[in-house]
Amino acid sequence: MERLEVSELNFYFGFTQILNNINFELNRGEVIGIVGPSGGGKTTLLKLCANLLDVTEGTIKNSFDSSAFAFQDARLLPWKTVIENIMLPIVSQESYKKAYNKACEIALRFGLEQKDFIKYPKDLSGGMRQRVNFARALITKPKLLFLDEPFSALDIGLKRELQDYVLSSCKEFNTSVLFITHDLMEAIRISDKVLLLKSDPGEIIKTYTIDQPKGQRDDKYIFTKTQEFLNDYDVIKTFEIKAIS
Amino acid sequence: MKTIFKIIKDFPWFLWSGWGSIASIFLFLAFWDMGNQLYGDLILPSPKEVISTMITLFTQQDFIDNLLLTIKRGIMGFGVSLTIGTMMGLIAGYFTTASIMSRPIVTILVGIPPIAWIVLAMIWFGFGDMTVMFTVIIASFPIVFVGALQGSRTLEGDLKEMMDSFHISFWQKCKDLYFPHLFSYLFPSWVSALGMSWKIVIMAELLSANDGIGASLAIARSHLDTPTALALVTTMVGVLLFVEYIILEPIKKEVESWRD
Repeated sequence: MERLEVSELNFYFGFTQILNNINFELNRGEVIGIVGPSGGGKTTLLKLCANLLDVTEGTIKNSFDSSAFAFQDARLLPWKTVIENIMLPIVSQESYKKAYNKACEIALRFGLEQKDFIKYPKDLSGGMRQRVNFARALITKPKLLFLDEPFSALDIGLKRELQDYVLSSCKEFNTSVLFITHDLMEAIRISDKVLLLKSDPGEIIKTYTIDQPKGQRDDKYIFTKTQEFLNDYDVIKTFEIKAIS
Repeated sequence: MKTIFKIIKDFPWFLWSGWGSIASIFLFLAFWDMGNQLYGDLILPSPKEVISTMITLFTQQDFIDNLLLTIKRGIMGFGVSLTIGTMMGLIAGYFTTASIMSRPIVTILVGIPPIAWIVLAMIWFGFGDMTVMFTVIIASFPIVFVGALQGSRTLEGDLKEMMDSFHISFWQKCKDLYFPHLFSYLFPSWVSALGMSWKIVIMAELLSANDGIGASLAIARSHLDTPTALALVTTMVGVLLFVEYIILEPIKKEVESWRD
């Protein structure tokens, strides 16, 4: 069984402790959302899991054969066109023609149009860049997908559209997703488990399991669940939500 | 390869887009002719006379030899400063200490006027090739060096991290990340260093050589031969315009199409 297992993970930048005793596991096909306030070490945790930072204390075992990362800022190569950016992860493994066709296919799926294919990132809107970012991450058909607040700068319609793309490809390829967000509703909509990470130092103080299958979560369910979360003492404390008097 | 093909394919369109520039050049010629009518032939010969002198010059073998010699000196000096400047700049940019240390040295080098270098070079190397080339090298080196230094200092960690997240090989990283990034800094600095080299080579020849276009200019001055002097200047500008607009501009347009 492929899984990502994080145990007793601590992390420091200099003398500042960023993460403290993090333990969780992510199984095949599972979606885990990490929520917490900004600056709480969420991105650091994700980068550690994706092996972009070196683990110094504790262990991270990753037995997925492939993974991809979608960043909050799209990080497209400015000197490459949309299609060239999308095919970047596979261009050295497959023939150019094959990689190109694959990139076109996935670009269309992510709502990009034929006329956009030869544009450079400077000519794209923020939303389009994020579509390219997702297409690039998913072109490798990764078994494990890391998402670093990729929906945060998008409007509601586009946010939902891209979330649905991610959900449908999870279903299709049985992809596992580890994503971070500060949006509780987003976490409730797409994850199986939600980890609440408090800051200074980052520590998982609660794990919520959302039982309702993803396909059956309608708006009403999400609103009720979000409300429930917002009344949770730990959530209030972690996000420092002030009561309206 | 694809890029080269595209540059050639777009070339006629590029030429067609040059009408505006040609019009402004003709406007310049018109003002020049007005100057001629005001001040007379000795002070400012008419463009027509200068162009006909230029044509006669081009029929003389020793002028062609001088022109080629100047071009050779310019290219050799530029080539040396391009190679050394690029390499040293890239290396210096890689190390923080080296880049901080090189800053004041570059300021000193830029601050010393080329004419001072010519004097020193004449003392060190005497009259001839070496003095001219040395001056060209020393004057264009800081431009290339600073370009390369900035290129390697600004290599982005974010994009590298993105490439690491896809387990992209080192060679592909060089090809798709490092090279395009560095080139976008190097190319403009090479272009301005080339322009600089061309101006310096003529100045250095004028003062410290017996041959080359610069020396011919010195002779024209001593004979008070204004038409020849202006014909030489026009030739120099013509070479620069040719290199800049016909050779470099289409390349620049193509390789920098991704920029804002």
